[in-house]
Amino acid sequence: MNRPTVSMPRVSPGGVKTYLASTWRNTFAIFWKESKTYFTSPMAYIIGGVFLAITGYLFVSSISVPFPEASIRGWLEPSTTVFILWAPAITMRLLAEEQKLGTLELLMTSPIRDYEIVLGKFAAVLAILFATLVLTLFYSIMLFLYGDPDFGPLLTGYLGIFLFGGASLSIGMLASSLTSNQVVAAIVSFGVLLLMLLTQQAADITSGLAAQVLEGVSLSGHFEDFSRGILDTNNVVYYLSVMAFFLFLTIRNVESRRWR
Amino acid sequence: MPDTMIEVNGLTKYYGEHLAVDNISFHVEKGEVVGFLGPNGSGKTTTMRILTGYLPPSTGAASIAGHDTMTGSLEARRHIGYLPETVPLYTDMTVEDYLQFLGTIRGMRGPYLQKRIDVAIERVKLGDYRKSLIHKLSKGYRQRTGLAQAILHEPEVLILDEPTVGIDPIQVVETRELIKELGREQTLLLSTHILPEVSAVCERVLIINEGILVAEDTPDNLAVRLRGTEQVQAEIRGPSADVIRELRALEGVTSARYIDTATGPRYTIESPSGNDLREKIAEMVVMHGWGLLQLSVVPMSLEEIFLELTTADDEEASAR
Repeated sequence: MNRPTVSMPRVSPGGVKTYLASTWRNTFAIFWKESKTYFTSPMAYIIGGVFLAITGYLFVSSISVPFPEASIRGWLEPSTTVFILWAPAITMRLLAEEQKLGTLELLMTSPIRDYEIVLGKFAAVLAILFATLVLTLFYSIMLFLYGDPDFGPLLTGYLGIFLFGGASLSIGMLASSLTSNQVVAAIVSFGVLLLMLLTQQAADITSGLAAQVLEGVSLSGHFEDFSRGILDTNNVVYYLSVMAFFLFLTIRNVESRRWR
Repeated sequence: MPDTMIEVNGLTKYYGEHLAVDNISFHVEKGEVVGFLGPNGSGKTTTMRILTGYLPPSTGAASIAGHDTMTGSLEARRHIGYLPETVPLYTDMTVEDYLQFLGTIRGMRGPYLQKRIDVAIERVKLGDYRKSLIHKLSKGYRQRTGLAQAILHEPEVLILDEPTVGIDPIQVVETRELIKELGREQTLLLSTHILPEVSAVCERVLIINEGILVAEDTPDNLAVRLRGTEQVQAEIRGPSADVIRELRALEGVTSARYIDTATGPRYTIESPSGNDLREKIAEMVVMHGWGLLQLSVVPMSLEEIFLELTTADDEEASAR
């Protein structure tokens, strides 16, 4: 059986500009619709509220020790665990719901490209992540009011948690593209995220190549440096690659409907 | 601007081993309203999904307004307004927001988009509900929202998959009126398993059964043919033009067609029911010295397809 592939539209040199303009417009349209859905539904607020409650607790407990440190490290590091619950909750509906409602067929028969659908949606969940992190700035403001925290680790810490969150979201997004059932999507992405977090512990008890590989794929292992105030390109590249890899798989998975 | 808006050539679609659409060819000219009639599971939806670029054909090709649905997919999609069988709606949006979003991804902006939304809402008579959340609408109004979406960008080709399934009888009548109106301005391909629907709105009907295009005619002619026709299928080795001529000359034959299917070339011969042509055909073939490879009464004659089709709307009957 032949498998025709969807060829990219032929772009003439002068057409690059219009191509980019249309890609930007379409991606933005998806991003806008998706963001609106999040911000007008109670779901995002509930998830955000739970997230803030847990990180708030972590923050309070990190400064309620005899000689507290004026840094965000105390709540930031344990909050990576919260993210592996948060990311599936945010991403589970992204593509699963479109499949259930049949609207994915509508999108895919509209004159937009498959990657624009995926990128627009990813941008929307990144915006949610950004908004959630902005709310946690409250903790840092407290630190500045009552202490004298270092600015560097604060910045790298936030950059790190944003990258960590983005990587988690890309994994959640792939899971959501695989099924029309949101619960299944959430469980799959939670499972994958938990495994990628646990490899750090496995790396600690193994040695040699195995330890290196386990540490290499570990989501949390690459985070520690950020919270210490160290900006290592190695770690930045790691999170960006995770995002690129899972976004690529998501796009291919959405596209695959057209080859089947 | 090409005059042939939909062109389908030797379209075949396999789902794994299952043959869903078997070498279908047809075309729809600009401004035509064509009905795609067939029992459930006959390949209507598959064909429409290929036309809209959602599925690839296994072999063969389809084009919309001259753009191939595979190689020029994006361009082809620009010319289509499509309403799938299960109306694709974002149920937590209002009618207006829904149309706004779909207009945007079809490249419309600003005042022009606003005007198009107004026109579409007006056309499907949704004025009182434009600010309602879609999940609060009745089935009939959801269907209208789906239709509004399909006509929003003034597409040259409208493809509607079972547009009246599952809505109440009064709204069915209204929806048909609406479709008829739309058909006056646009090229329209609509699928249905309800026979009266086809005669109510279409100028030409394509009958599909088990993936094979079995007949193509006007609704009036079809009604006659459907009620009293038997089909014989023959595989004859010989010059096809001569074979067709001789077949048509046989007594009792109302039509003879040559079709090239995935399982080999075949002839379809129709006759009034109760008229078994097999002997006569065999005699004729032998007389001309051609090879008769296969001769059989079609397992499902047009008459049987007719019985499978809903003659009076099921939905209407059960709603009452």
